[in-house]
Amino acid sequence: MRALVWHGTQDIRCDTVPDPEIEHERDAIIKVTACAICGSDLHLYDHFMPGMKNGDIMGHETMGEVVEVGKGVNGALRKGERVVIPFTIICGECDQCKRGFFSVCERSNRNKHVASKAFGHTTAGLFGYTHLTGGYAGGQAEYLRVPFADKTHIKVPDSLTDEQVLFLSDILPTGWQAVVQCDIEPTDTVAIWGAGPVGQMAVRSAVLLGAKQVVCIDRVPERLDMARAGGAITIDFSQESVISRLNELTGGKGPEKCIDSVGMEAHATATIDSMYDRAKQAMMLETDRPHVLREMIYVCRPAGTISIPGVYGGLLDKIPFGALMNKGLTVRTGQTHVNRWTDDLVRRIDEGQLDPSFVITHRVGLEDGPEMYRTFRDKKDGCIKVVIRP
Amino acid sequence: MRYEGERSRRRGHPDEATDRLARGLGWFSIGLGLFELAAARSLTRNLGLDGQEDLVRAYGVREIGTGIGLLAAEDPAPWVWGRVAGDVLDLATLATGLHGRNRRLDNLTIAMAAVAGVTALDVVCAETLRRETRRPLRPLADYRGRTGYPKGIRASHGAARDLDVPRAFRTPDALRPYAA
Repeated sequence: MRALVWHGTQDIRCDTVPDPEIEHERDAIIKVTACAICGSDLHLYDHFMPGMKNGDIMGHETMGEVVEVGKGVNGALRKGERVVIPFTIICGECDQCKRGFFSVCERSNRNKHVASKAFGHTTAGLFGYTHLTGGYAGGQAEYLRVPFADKTHIKVPDSLTDEQVLFLSDILPTGWQAVVQCDIEPTDTVAIWGAGPVGQMAVRSAVLLGAKQVVCIDRVPERLDMARAGGAITIDFSQESVISRLNELTGGKGPEKCIDSVGMEAHATATIDSMYDRAKQAMMLETDRPHVLREMIYVCRPAGTISIPGVYGGLLDKIPFGALMNKGLTVRTGQTHVNRWTDDLVRRIDEGQLDPSFVITHRVGLEDGPEMYRTFRDKKDGCIKVVIRP
Repeated sequence: MRYEGERSRRRGHPDEATDRLARGLGWFSIGLGLFELAAARSLTRNLGLDGQEDLVRAYGVREIGTGIGLLAAEDPAPWVWGRVAGDVLDLATLATGLHGRNRRLDNLTIAMAAVAGVTALDVVCAETLRRETRRPLRPLADYRGRTGYPKGIRASHGAARDLDVPRAFRTPDALRPYAA
């Protein structure tokens, strides 16, 4: 089959690789009908996340048709069924899965000893996202092997198109969980850093959950346009002070809820802390550039909540923990517990409350995938979300 | 900061790379200026330009001024052109030493090559900025109609207030509004 394969920093190719096979009785094989490039794939593309190996297949936003099931799937999936595959692989049986904390499944990461060394304890296995999370082949391919397939799937109704449901795999529940864990009150101002795909979903989620005011911060003009279309007030951080504007919008008190949908590769401009991060990163003394995190802690209203769906990889420097502590902020974060939210989200899409396909800007075949990584990374041609049809 | 122009595939985006280059040239200017001020005598001696110390010091002051302008200005473009003009002056001054009596001709040639290289960088930076705009143009793609709400934003605002937020995701009770 053909697949998008990682060969090194900024080197992804469309290669022919062996077809996946059933390796375990709980596996299934999916014929991929649609997949997408995620913002977090760019952390791998730029090699900010450690743990990739030459030959790894990319991709964790995938859907398709079941073509083969193992004996242990026990009727939970049948050939021909249409499914979206969540980016987190879940066993459904461990303590964490039983409590609904699927992204920290205790069994699905087959390299849990590595994750335990890095994080203290293992987290769930992920598709196409480093050997730290299991080294599983990703879904930017013609076929995908789904481990624990009896649990790791989302069935979707035929009444909805691929493009309406594909993002149940990651960005929609990620934006949704980021807002849900802020526990929105009707009087809240929600500030969302980053108008990429997750930020766009967070804007819509905050509107759906009834926030009084939603503010979105970015500097890419077409992304700000899209955020405004979703009901957000926008701040272009290349044009104005984020802190001054947020204080102005909240009577000087700051937003109650702050969401970081940027993560480790913040592109701040001429701030001292961002120059410091770049210098330290160049000397390999810091893994992440946490400018957004610092800004959120500074501007968030005391006793407010900070929610972090943006991906961070390692060691962060100069976090104003004194401000965090003295302001009594609540920090909520984590990879998304996808299956916890998807039944509800499928219903909301079906009822017409939301259509996530609004975010798609580019549709290509697998062979154009490598070029689209560059276009997406460089934000060329108005690129916000790429859907690939293998 | 300037914004990418009409012909760019990133029309309307801030051009951070060129801005960084311009600010980098600003730091270079300040460094060179300080060196010219502090080591004018040794500089002229090694280039075979004895007697030009005051001129070199004046150029040092010019470099520092241009550098500060580049770092402080919102739009670096005029200051980069200022650097190009300064480069021409530097080259012209160095050219006065191009004669057979100069025993430091080798050093002078190397210095002229270095100044020519920096001049090329300055010209590339200035030309890039010239093609760009001071205010962002409308982006290539128009996403102003992409709401994501098939029934409109009014119908969707608050439509999910029926969500029963799981206990683990709620604001801790201790942080909820307190009523005596």
